[in-house]
Amino acid sequence: MSADVILLINALLLGIMLVVAVAMARQRNLFVTTMLSSIYSLTTACLFVLLDAVDVAFTEAAVGAGISIVLILSALALTHYTDRPPRPERHRLALLICLGVGGLLMLGASEWPTLGSPDSPVQSHPVTRHFLEQSRQDTGLPNVVTSVLASYRGYDTLGEVTVVFTAGLAVLLLLWGRRSVRGGHDET
Amino acid sequence: MKPRGSTAVLRVVTKQLMPAILLFALYVQFHGDYGPGGGFQAGVIFAAGIILYALVFGLDRARRAIPPQHLLRLAPMGVLLYAGVGVFSLLRGRAFLDYSALDPANPIHGQHLGILLIELGVGITVCCVMILIFYAFAGRGRIH
Repeated sequence: MSADVILLINALLLGIMLVVAVAMARQRNLFVTTMLSSIYSLTTACLFVLLDAVDVAFTEAAVGAGISIVLILSALALTHYTDRPPRPERHRLALLICLGVGGLLMLGASEWPTLGSPDSPVQSHPVTRHFLEQSRQDTGLPNVVTSVLASYRGYDTLGEVTVVFTAGLAVLLLLWGRRSVRGGHDET
Repeated sequence: MKPRGSTAVLRVVTKQLMPAILLFALYVQFHGDYGPGGGFQAGVIFAAGIILYALVFGLDRARRAIPPQHLLRLAPMGVLLYAGVGVFSLLRGRAFLDYSALDPANPIHGQHLGILLIELGVGITVCCVMILIFYAFAGRGRIH
């Protein structure tokens, strides 16, 4: 694909994200907000595909647009679907904070190297070259992402799995522990 | 959580999609060495497939297909499998999680086996935890 087409697709996706974000901020119906955030996640996943980060796109599409939306919906089913409108004087303060933080982020982003530039620190760091050149000899895998995640940084990944497991355990203790207490209360 | 207003079209399409989703999850799991993906992505896609089934056909049928008791036992197994590979390489006299210890005669093969095993561990744990959290959230509505 030519650079113009990619630029057009990028602009289109960013436009969709902007429209969805504004719609989310203005929406008071939480069900609609949840659905819009699912669209936002799916658009982000498309952007990740354009950046050649297909595995991140998988995760974003499955977790961001799928599982977390279902979890938010099941949480909403237990509470109310509508949000109370904020008071007008808090509006102005929120807008001020948004503009301030957004300005700082834009300022920080202006220092970034251009996307895909060959002399950015990520590309020129010796570790990058070591992984790219040695990975095939060390692990025999063509996918460097997998060899870095699973072998060179296997310790990190073990930590991540433990975090996922512990988080799941905590949620189950909170939700199921409460249920057994409530169930016992109902029986007596 | 009873399926409300799930039409015949939705049920038929879901039934057609289910094998494809689960097969794709397995592909991402075991092909992660060569293509994009790995244990985490595979676990999440598998869990998303099961959650889709539960949404369309009801929580009870999903619970019957994938019982939560089994998931509770399987979830720590993934972490144990991962850590077990590390301890095994320690016992073989190598560094923790040095997969070459799995096959000292052929370190490349050892690396391959090690990565396959730990990705399987990641996949099992992530998948089980995601489905369990969904069960826990979705099952609460019936208590009140």
